[in-house]
Amino acid sequence: MGPIFALFAVIALVLVAFVGAGVANLHFLFGVVIPYAAFAIFIVGFIYRVLIWWGSSPVPFCITTTCGQQETLPWIKQSKLENPSSTSGVIGRMALEVLLFRSLFRNLKTQMVEGTKLVYGEAKWLWLAALAFHWSFLVIVVRHLRFFIQNIPAPLKAIEGLDSFLQVGAPLLYISDAVILLAVTYLFLRRVFIPQVKYISLAADYFALFLILSIAGTGVLMRYFLKVDVVGVKELAMGLIGFNPVEAKKMQEIGVLFYIHLFLVSSLLMYFPFSKLVHMGGVFLSPTRNMTANSRMKRHINPWNYPVHVHTYEEYENDFREKMKGAGIPVEKE
Amino acid sequence: MAKFTAKPDELSKIDFTPPRTRWMETPVEIREHMFCHAAKPKELDVVGFPNGHEWRPQDEDWKLPENWERMLLEKMSDLLGKYRSFKVFMDICVRCGACADKCHFFIGTGDPKNMPVLRAELMRSVYRKNFTAAGKILRKIAGARDLTVNVLKEWWYYFYQCTECRRCSVFCPYGIDQAEITMMGRELTNLLGLNIGWIAGPVAACYMKGNHLGLEPHTITSSVEFFLDDIETITGIRINPSFNRKGAEILFVTPSGDLFANPGTYTAMGYLMLFHELGLDYTWSTYASEGGNFGFFTTNEMAKRLNSKIYAEAKRLGVKWVLGGECGHMWRVLHQYMDTWNGPADFLEVPKSPITGTVFENAKSTKMVHITEFTADLIKNGKLKLDPSRNDHLKVTFHDSCNTARGMGIFEEPRYVIKNVCKHFYEMPEDTIREKTFCCGSGTGLNASENMELRLRGGFARANAVRFVHEHYGVNMLANVCAIDRATLSTSMDYWVPGVGVTGVHELVGNALIMKGEKERTIDLRMEPLPGKEGAQ
Repeated sequence: MGPIFALFAVIALVLVAFVGAGVANLHFLFGVVIPYAAFAIFIVGFIYRVLIWWGSSPVPFCITTTCGQQETLPWIKQSKLENPSSTSGVIGRMALEVLLFRSLFRNLKTQMVEGTKLVYGEAKWLWLAALAFHWSFLVIVVRHLRFFIQNIPAPLKAIEGLDSFLQVGAPLLYISDAVILLAVTYLFLRRVFIPQVKYISLAADYFALFLILSIAGTGVLMRYFLKVDVVGVKELAMGLIGFNPVEAKKMQEIGVLFYIHLFLVSSLLMYFPFSKLVHMGGVFLSPTRNMTANSRMKRHINPWNYPVHVHTYEEYENDFREKMKGAGIPVEKE
Repeated sequence: MAKFTAKPDELSKIDFTPPRTRWMETPVEIREHMFCHAAKPKELDVVGFPNGHEWRPQDEDWKLPENWERMLLEKMSDLLGKYRSFKVFMDICVRCGACADKCHFFIGTGDPKNMPVLRAELMRSVYRKNFTAAGKILRKIAGARDLTVNVLKEWWYYFYQCTECRRCSVFCPYGIDQAEITMMGRELTNLLGLNIGWIAGPVAACYMKGNHLGLEPHTITSSVEFFLDDIETITGIRINPSFNRKGAEILFVTPSGDLFANPGTYTAMGYLMLFHELGLDYTWSTYASEGGNFGFFTTNEMAKRLNSKIYAEAKRLGVKWVLGGECGHMWRVLHQYMDTWNGPADFLEVPKSPITGTVFENAKSTKMVHITEFTADLIKNGKLKLDPSRNDHLKVTFHDSCNTARGMGIFEEPRYVIKNVCKHFYEMPEDTIREKTFCCGSGTGLNASENMELRLRGGFARANAVRFVHEHYGVNMLANVCAIDRATLSTSMDYWVPGVGVTGVHELVGNALIMKGEKERTIDLRMEPLPGKEGAQ
């Protein structure tokens, strides 16, 4: 049910773009208006999510999840990255988390063997696929900058060069294209074939995967198989960032596949701030990871800390004075 | 309620196949032996908790207050405004499932709603419906659902099947911490008077009497008297500790469980012997006679109210700093909450060991030191005379408590102490210790008796690792630094790994400690013969 619904949703998006740009010739709508709107929704929505929605709530307590030895006596070695008590440690921990998915790397597979024995095995495939997916996605996004820059800078060329270092195919195969398709396919298959993961998966989880798969798929089709007018694409892109859209005739010549691709990307951008994809920002704001584990060294302030009713010592002594005296415990009032 | 009688081989047959119906369409079944009795209204009234009423979890009608949905959603909105963690953890889960088989309750029950991700989804679904645009528009497609009585029951059942151990948060790529979500869930159930007796009772007792067990001042001193008698029998030395003494240098606070039941009592004896031997200028308090904090399992405010006694008493007595005993969640609270709630403790001094001169810089703001930090420093500086051979009959392993592991990171200190007082120490498999340690299965106030199946299932993963070292190395003693562990792991070991005892670290210290003027010891703190001294009595 979930995957089928998500699949139809993505097919519907493809059809909308196909009909809109390919049949109804609404090139200005699909090539200019929707991309602008999508970008605006993405930026505003993401800023809202991070700064307004999350940012408006304080972090009242220092709730670091400590994954290593605390800072303690000088002769005991602290785990400075897994239990960081300094800002540099936190930066290191976050860098490992964001760039290398350190926590996911810990993943284990818990299994029952011989009826009643639990064993814990390596389980690195999820980590590998997730890392491959996110990094290839990033490389692809960076590569797309060439459409928005007149003279391609050297670092960008270097990335393109590295990404195509296998030197196969014409045009040269980008490794990131192959990797993203494989990784997303793996992420989809594990959702379907691991019973527990299937059980927790929502339609939204499949939708995100299918949407990204279709974006990568249409991109690959355009580059390697059903060529579109790349010069026209660049002109359109340059027009977009220069707020000077190209003329309608040129837009028509690009080819409908491009508009499908662009519409899917626009859909992703619009969907992003309202979905689980906000984990892109959230990972930086997760208190269990981004807080310094120095709560006994430095007082953490809770902005909404308020006075509470307590049972005072005086009240306690009033309740138990005679018993205390009987037991030889000193009291304040005889 | 029928007595729980299932045998270990029955209980360890765990079915991991998810139900055929999707989770939103699978109503919660409140199963016998898996839940705790309801709190009594009078226990809630004592501390001013709202909506205390008579109800039973297994009944159809929970006698909820009118407008309970609105009350809950308003409270949820309030909590979202107070805790960024709550908002972020509601929004960013991608349901990758990395947390699923990390939860001891999932491992022990196979119930998919015990996968941390799904336990969180129980609440996320309601969050989406009420607090997100996508959930309001797309509803079920976006994973949103209405708050109904059945949803509330599901929350209650599963948020009291989570011990806030945070193992899931170690493995989550975004650090999503189910403990935070369970804490919110418990704030919400508490609002409707849906607390459990095993938590509400100790909270009320702690508030009025100073400790969870409700020990009154004279009972505390007489309990300690019993220990002193035993210590005298064992060592020939009469110890004379003080209570509520003004002007002492150090206030000592430990969980009251150590004063009440074996084997925690032996740990308390260990403290008494150590402090006596050091000639430490310290005092116990009957007012702040609880290190643990069951309020932490109800509401943040209640936890703060109970915790306030420690600093208040330290101030009243004019001590310089506070030393804390062996307890798990107590240390999460002391480490990550106390200073924020009830600090700054600027009337105290940065803790400095009067014996070694070591300044505990890592506690320079809270002014509270963990006993194994204190003892490890003593041993390192050669201040203790120890005879580890007195523990030669023990093959020891160490259980990291969830809270001291993942809410503090105290791994080496207790190990250093143990290795200096015992000769035979063996680690459990590395995926079950330190930050990856398993819960005893009965934390967060779930150590009642009516939920025994839940406890034993929850303790299965920990017990399994103990069984491994028991079978491979002959381990017969499970050491830990937690009062709840000492109580609950004893039950769990008797069930899953008979032949393995449970001990606090300072019981082992007490045994090995050579005291000035002591007679030749022939028995240990449990009054059992020491190795090689079997015929001595």
